[in-house]
Amino acid sequence: MTVHIPSPLRSYTKQQAEVNVDGSSLEEVLSALDSCYPGFRFRVITEQDTIRKHIRIFVNEEQALDLSAALRRDDEIHIICALSGG
Amino acid sequence: MPTLKPATSLVVLLIGTRKGALILKSDRSRRTWKLSGPQFLGHIVHHLVLDPRDRRTLLAAARTGHLGPTVFRSTDFGKSWQEAKAPPAFPKVPEGQKGLVVDHVFWLTPGHMSEQGVWYAGTSPQGLFRSENGGTTWEGVTGFNDHPLRRQWTGGEQDGTPDGPKMHSILIDPRDPNHLYIGMSSGGVFESTDKGKTWAPLNKGCRADFLPNPEPEYGHDPHCVRLHPLKPDRLYQQNHCGIYRMERAEGRWIRIGEHMPKKIGDIGFSLVLHPRDPDTVWVFPMDGTEVWPRVSPEGKPAVYVTRNAGKAWTRQDKGFPKSQAWWTVKRQAMTADTHEPVGLYFGTTSGEIWASRTAGASWTCLVRNLPEIYSVETAEL
Repeated sequence: MTVHIPSPLRSYTKQQAEVNVDGSSLEEVLSALDSCYPGFRFRVITEQDTIRKHIRIFVNEEQALDLSAALRRDDEIHIICALSGG
Repeated sequence: MPTLKPATSLVVLLIGTRKGALILKSDRSRRTWKLSGPQFLGHIVHHLVLDPRDRRTLLAAARTGHLGPTVFRSTDFGKSWQEAKAPPAFPKVPEGQKGLVVDHVFWLTPGHMSEQGVWYAGTSPQGLFRSENGGTTWEGVTGFNDHPLRRQWTGGEQDGTPDGPKMHSILIDPRDPNHLYIGMSSGGVFESTDKGKTWAPLNKGCRADFLPNPEPEYGHDPHCVRLHPLKPDRLYQQNHCGIYRMERAEGRWIRIGEHMPKKIGDIGFSLVLHPRDPDTVWVFPMDGTEVWPRVSPEGKPAVYVTRNAGKAWTRQDKGFPKSQAWWTVKRQAMTADTHEPVGLYFGTTSGEIWASRTAGASWTCLVRNLPEIYSVETAEL
């Protein structure tokens, strides 16, 4: 499936704005991303497996609040750096 | 007491800012300086530190506004960087429990000179981490992080700085790698004599005016703690409640800030030791009255120096603005070199780097218009 990568994380993905990985849940997708791009997951997910405060993850157009969301092969994942700060 | 010969080497300032890291290099006379960077533009760099054991390796504690915290490592003095494979992180707790999350790595300390590759990191919230491979992977020091009293020692998330509670001032006794001190805002000063397996509070004599009991066993707010490398049983601290000195054998903090001028007070964040004279200390006082403006008192920046371990203090403000200068200096943003006379350096909340080649007698602004400066460390090459 396609994962859209925000600009602050593209140093991990060799500047790719979209990457394709497999997984049947967000947890699996993030593990796959971390395998391909070491260090990626910890910048987005805390050591307690929660989504970081200023990160949002959408499955298609629905926001995921944890990593358990089941995914279909044609889902699109958007990782967003939430509006914050000034 | 061992001695230290004055250096004649190039001085390099390692500058961490709210928007990246910069490096400022001098010539041998310390008169001409060249700025390079920024590196990690847009990242918050809390600390940038050279490994004194090889004088090549740099570690940077970084995060961005959105992304989680990490540590970057360079083995070629900043030409290239690699990210830690396992940055400092608390252990995952079982489902249903609330575990700690590292918000940022605040402090980095190279290990003992005999322990090649060892580093310590202090985090927000207060956690102590150790690397044995030059910062590539980090493990929690469980004797502190998992201690059953950790929550009582450190208080809650509200018991810290506006930017979050912090562990800082990780000090290693140069005679013994097992002998460690840490400072916590809040929590106080703690000591371990077994490389972090067990800890004991070391706060006797130190005030905590903000607590119902102003002389508790722990819960204090040291802002910056220093140990003199040539006289390791002497400690100094700039605390939320004054400036203190301790002779370790006595085990009691003495408030040497009481000898500061009353209209200046003895509140501040940074404290710097003379590399060869354990009786000489510099501080940068700030306005800690009423709502804690955290600016130079009356908008008139000044350094104060004692040359007799705190019995008397002298104002040093030659070269600083005489009025309307509302900046101050954060806890790891003031440092010294080992030349003669000693060079002093600090970075301000308004993005200026100031230097004195005359042990504080006169000051020059080296750089302006940087982002808010979080840390300044000296490297001598």
